[in-house]
Amino acid sequence: MGREQQQVSYTVEQLVSVNPYNPDILTDLENYVNEQVSSQTYSLDANLCLLRLYQFEPGRMSIPIVVQILIKALMAMPASDFSLCLFLIPEQVQMEEKFKTLIVLSHYLETARFRQFWDEAAKSRSILEVVPGFEQAIQAYAIHVLSLTYQKVPRPVLAEAINIEGLSLDKFIEHHVANSGWVLEKSHGRSQLIVLPRNEFNHPELKKHTAEGVPFEHVTRIFPMLS
Amino acid sequence: MASSYDYDDASLDSRYTRPPSAGQGSAGTDQGYDPNFVPDSVKTFVVHLYRHIREKNVYEIHQMYDGSFQRLSDRMFRESPWPSVEAIAPYVDNDHVFCLLYREMWFRHLYARLSPTGRQRVESWDNYCSLFSVVLHGVVNMQLPNQWLWDMVDEFVYQFQSYCQYRAKLKNKAEEELQLLRQYDQAWNVYGVLNYLQALVEKSAITDVLEREKEGLEQFAATDGYDYEGGTSNVLKMLGYYSMIGLLRVHCLLGDYHTGLKCLAPIDISQQGVYNVVIGSHISTIYHYGFANLMLRRYVEAIREFNKILLYILKYKQFHQKSPQYDQILKKNEQMYALLAICLSLCPQNNLVEENVNSQLRDKYNEKMTKMLRYDDEAYAVYDELFTYACPKFITPSAPVLEEPLTNYNQDAYRLQLKLFLYEVKQQQLLSGVRSFLKLYSTISIGKLAAYMEVDEPTLRTILMTYKHKMHAVDGDGKIIPNADVDFYISEDIVHVVESKPTKRYGDYFLRQILKFEEMIGELDRIKMD
Repeated sequence: MGREQQQVSYTVEQLVSVNPYNPDILTDLENYVNEQVSSQTYSLDANLCLLRLYQFEPGRMSIPIVVQILIKALMAMPASDFSLCLFLIPEQVQMEEKFKTLIVLSHYLETARFRQFWDEAAKSRSILEVVPGFEQAIQAYAIHVLSLTYQKVPRPVLAEAINIEGLSLDKFIEHHVANSGWVLEKSHGRSQLIVLPRNEFNHPELKKHTAEGVPFEHVTRIFPMLS
Repeated sequence: MASSYDYDDASLDSRYTRPPSAGQGSAGTDQGYDPNFVPDSVKTFVVHLYRHIREKNVYEIHQMYDGSFQRLSDRMFRESPWPSVEAIAPYVDNDHVFCLLYREMWFRHLYARLSPTGRQRVESWDNYCSLFSVVLHGVVNMQLPNQWLWDMVDEFVYQFQSYCQYRAKLKNKAEEELQLLRQYDQAWNVYGVLNYLQALVEKSAITDVLEREKEGLEQFAATDGYDYEGGTSNVLKMLGYYSMIGLLRVHCLLGDYHTGLKCLAPIDISQQGVYNVVIGSHISTIYHYGFANLMLRRYVEAIREFNKILLYILKYKQFHQKSPQYDQILKKNEQMYALLAICLSLCPQNNLVEENVNSQLRDKYNEKMTKMLRYDDEAYAVYDELFTYACPKFITPSAPVLEEPLTNYNQDAYRLQLKLFLYEVKQQQLLSGVRSFLKLYSTISIGKLAAYMEVDEPTLRTILMTYKHKMHAVDGDGKIIPNADVDFYISEDIVHVVESKPTKRYGDYFLRQILKFEEMIGELDRIKMD
């Protein structure tokens, strides 16, 4: 059964790259969305292709499928997939309650308002629980934003961003200390400090000055003269 | 808000300025127009053009296409169409392909100077279908000038866009027009348009050609796509090439920027290539590429490309003053300055914009850019105005619902894109304030900064994280690209500000100078030999 499903998705990706402007593949694309949800995979190209087909034939649009696509797109943050999808959904359709909720959730994530996000997500559990892996994906995004911003982040800030507290948070931090290069520190007085791994965004001295580098192809242009 | 967006079909095409007496409505039934009357000059024109095409004399074809056709149109067909294809066919041996080409020019002239009727729009669609089918079957063995082939694809997409606008304005349509829409519901359908462009790309195997060219196995850009020695037809190959740009354009009109860029991907715009041989295709490529990147929030990429093309236009537009594309070049130029202003307001940069371009930009938009940086209501009005002025003419691709109530929904697509764009602008509302504060300090505590900005600490933390998120774009490969000119990091509760130094691109500079001098030496050598 599993292998059969894998064969279908391989064919869908091919369809999208070879014959995307074809209303007959609409059902295949819809099935593929369901498959992405259940197997926790993701394909932006296939989902955009489907949203385009819905644009061409609005009568065939399926709201539940679009909801799933949007949730998957949220999980792809920091990539801007969510707004890419919205560009293809007609304004009246975006007035649906479920879409309005998702747009609000996206807004909170885009503006790093994690506390408000998790509050709202809790209220909208029924919409979100159809897609497994949602929570983990958003937590990964939150950590990404924290890694861009902080060298050392206070524990309460981390807790609010990933919506984990107490013992679970201890376990979570332990896991990342062991696997992702996090380091625990004691801050003067109050809480723990989590030292995030060094990268070029929170440690500007690490920034590779890629602007100074010259792509190899450009250098090859002068090879004839050097000989 | 939408007033500057609404337009009459005829004025869409700024390639020609319409004389005030040009007729609206059904061209062809104007008094004095006899489709069967063929003036001598037209007779000569088609006979010579036909001969040049048969003899594959690309230079002469180009002279006639670009020069004589315009001159004759100006002199004799200012307000009426050219003679019908049936009337000129006898002079060209009733050659099927020539007639298709002539008809394509005939309709293009109609769209430019007059106002096509519903029926004429449908007929033009049929003509494109026949023309492309012939090309796709590989039975064409002409060599045509790139300008002509580009114009074909450009016009094809333009007429599609025009038709979508036309059939979305249902309110004041006459019953017979509605009947025509019902009857010819396949004309200019979006599947057809996209599939023809896709078929041209595929059948021409143009992506393979470009791949092989990169590895040095094939000449393409070096000969501008022509085959000087073998004389094989360049038509399918070039139509395939230009169709990639056509697909980018159509996807932008639909609001699918990601896929649009994918369609363009085989063309490497960081290099010279066939896309910049014809100035129209160069400008169209960069305009849509830049716009797509703007909507994908890759502002630095958009700024870089707009800067390059605006500099190019500044230097070379004088050479195109006599060309029929001149007005269109100027229009796109102005639009790209507007888009550049938007990008620089959303993502301020040092040293990405060349001096001359920058001074032009300041001349046109200094006041507006100052306003946009303020992020208040006035700022939104300016963003709205510039976006509306500069954006592509978005379309609603689905078939119209031809029952009561009949409405005009031709602005729906545009309104959606504008709304989402302004939404993004709103999310960046507080970032400008943060930037100005960060520029004043090298370190500052969260508490102090929050006090200065008159927000509480948790809010400030979210603002700072938003700044980081918005200033780091995600490129096509998922890599994070920092865009900020002013950056920072936080250690516990101290903000450390990092101002990026503009890097001097020595490597690029030396390469350019080496190539330039090599060229000069080569030229000097040649003079000596003469």
